[in-house]
Amino acid sequence: MNLDFAPEDVAFREEVRTFIAENYPPELRGKQEEGEELSKADFLAWHKILAKKGWVAPSWPQQWGGTGWTPTQKYIWSEEQARADTIPVLPFGISMVSPVIYTFGTEAQKEKFLKPTYNGEIWWCQGYSEPGAGSDLAGLSTRAERITGDDGKAYYLVNGQKTWTTLAQYADWGFFLVRTDPAAKKQEGISFLLIDMKTPGITVRPLITIDGGHEVNEVFLENVKVPVENRIFEENKGWTAAKFLLAHERSGIAGVARSKRGIERLRGIAAGQPGDDGAPLLSDPMFKRKIAELEIDLTALEYTELRTLAGEAQGKGPGVESSLLKIKGTEIGQRLTDLVLEAAGHYGAPYFRGFPTEGGNALPIGPEFAARAPTTYFNMRKTSIFGGSNEIQRNIIAKMVLGL
Amino acid sequence: MDFNFSEDQTMLRDSVARYLQDRYDFDTRRKVTQSESGWRPEVWKAFAEELGILGAPFSEAQGGFGGGPIENMIVMEEIGKALVVEPYLSTVVIGGGFLKHSGYAGAGELIGSIIGGEAVIAFAYAEPQGRYNLADLKTTAKKDGAEYTLSGQKAVVWGAPWASHLIVTARTGGGQRDLGGVGVFLVESGAQGITRRDYPTVDGSRASEVYFETTPAILIADDAYPLVEQVVDEAIAALCAEAVGVQRKLHEGTLDYTRQRKQFGVPIASFQVLQHRMVDMFMNLEQSVSMTYMATLKLGESAEERGKAVSSAKVHIGRANKFIGQNAIQLHGGMGMTDELAIGHYFKRATMIEGLYGSVDHHLKRYEDLSFGKAA
Repeated sequence: MNLDFAPEDVAFREEVRTFIAENYPPELRGKQEEGEELSKADFLAWHKILAKKGWVAPSWPQQWGGTGWTPTQKYIWSEEQARADTIPVLPFGISMVSPVIYTFGTEAQKEKFLKPTYNGEIWWCQGYSEPGAGSDLAGLSTRAERITGDDGKAYYLVNGQKTWTTLAQYADWGFFLVRTDPAAKKQEGISFLLIDMKTPGITVRPLITIDGGHEVNEVFLENVKVPVENRIFEENKGWTAAKFLLAHERSGIAGVARSKRGIERLRGIAAGQPGDDGAPLLSDPMFKRKIAELEIDLTALEYTELRTLAGEAQGKGPGVESSLLKIKGTEIGQRLTDLVLEAAGHYGAPYFRGFPTEGGNALPIGPEFAARAPTTYFNMRKTSIFGGSNEIQRNIIAKMVLGL
Repeated sequence: MDFNFSEDQTMLRDSVARYLQDRYDFDTRRKVTQSESGWRPEVWKAFAEELGILGAPFSEAQGGFGGGPIENMIVMEEIGKALVVEPYLSTVVIGGGFLKHSGYAGAGELIGSIIGGEAVIAFAYAEPQGRYNLADLKTTAKKDGAEYTLSGQKAVVWGAPWASHLIVTARTGGGQRDLGGVGVFLVESGAQGITRRDYPTVDGSRASEVYFETTPAILIADDAYPLVEQVVDEAIAALCAEAVGVQRKLHEGTLDYTRQRKQFGVPIASFQVLQHRMVDMFMNLEQSVSMTYMATLKLGESAEERGKAVSSAKVHIGRANKFIGQNAIQLHGGMGMTDELAIGHYFKRATMIEGLYGSVDHHLKRYEDLSFGKAA
């Protein structure tokens, strides 16, 4: 037993750290951490730099652009990006739909989608959740019926509604779970379709969340014609692909490096804010204790993740430990935003979104960090809900680990 | 980065586990803890001779296995699983720790007696007024020519009734809570001027109040507060490993019980509210394992890093012991309240470990002092 990284891993860390320092666009620095709303161009800038370097999709098979890195190297890479607070490569194309395409897709599908996705030329969104199917995803009711088009080709005619569709406002394509056999048992009548978001009959409507932001959308599908060749894997076997997707790519799910950075930032904030006695908030025994507890809990999470990683490096799958990492990681991330808001005191109240930022009402009012403290706090509540809510994660552990 | 045990370490774990499974069942333990002596010297002898584990963390030159903290961790986890009362922690981890690190001239010989099973050590450090402050000492050491004599009272000295030797902290100088002037002494249990009040502990072990009156003692280290902290940190890491063993049994026992126990016509393990509770117990346990590895592997770092690692582990493990222990009893329902079942005995040990060598609050404070700097 030992805690040291191998010399080649230390060298690798040095290499990626240097690369990030030299190549991450300066104008994007700090945007992620401050919780600024990111534009499509913001998201794509780093993606494209990485695509050029050949590092945008480390987990892919090498023939499609994967790096062939070991689990430890992938972990280091995700930690170093977090440490440098880079804007993450969005998961929808790179780590969600592409592994499904290269695992279950036809050669033509691979040729058509993988390279443009790699290069950031296709923006993907995920059409899974529905108003009536959240945690019980297999209860989805968006319907796809086979028809023959006027051109004589085979199509699916898709009708239904998807929701919580993240960043669909920018999407070129979406991957959708639809019901192709309403008579079959829940999981067995589902198919996995790739749909061009420009197809007539698709309407994307913004859902504004409690933080005032526009990240998620409702997607309405009304008589949308989807060529049958855009189905991945067999008809009615879409659940297999969906399950595969959910189990794929958990590297960095615990968010340890981001939370470490977050604590550093919180300490800096608390050192600069006055407590009730005029001394810095950081020396307030109650506030200090909450930071200490957060640090200790983060240490417990970090070493649990490292144990998982060491197991993975020896060929054990990431497995269900990822549920534990997701639960604890999101809890810690949320507590961080809670403490930042608390540190803001009175200045947790002003709300700037949509306000004129020029003239007499220009920012800032109060300390700079406070401007986004409340919206980030409200926004981060999503993390214990999405990706399988933390309660669903507990169900998974109960079933898969404890055998209950 | 490697969290695997070596082949030797796996063998060590398996042989201890097998021995305890065969010879340390719950009913036997219960009888022994209620007997007059409260322990089994023949088990100790088997630890020395049959298993050879009393030499686990000592170098080969000292007559040991050539192991260290990881070996202590392995043994202590098994000790936790079987609720072993025999004093491995105070003899091998703490006694052995002081002897290894102090440079005391007679260390080699006494280590030999530890490995051979002849020497049993208890650590007399706590005092009635001092709570968890290792430097709060009223016990005084007086120099008398080349010799020292000790006078004072030590509180709840675990394993003292069984000990051949005591390791005692006492003031060679300075004020009651000064970090300077802390001496570490070796005292023979039968030495003149020692009075003991022996009693059982609530978790089935034995302890004593120990009173010294000009008791002859050998100084093994002076101005030794950093040494005391180091050895206590090593003890805490080992205690965390014991806690992991205890937590595993509490968790497993609860899973088994809820699968068997039926109410409303179904096993109560089928209720989601209980499943989620058991998942939370599981996550606490897994993180206790992680914290124990982390603390054990960081024992060799600087005093500050070591202290942060050990205190954060003890904070997590103290809380996890409470959460897992209390919920194990709760999920066992009325059966959890009976003395008949082992589960309550694991809960009692878990509860004692929470307070041993510093409560959650004590270690949170220590972590804060190390991580933020002492309050200005």
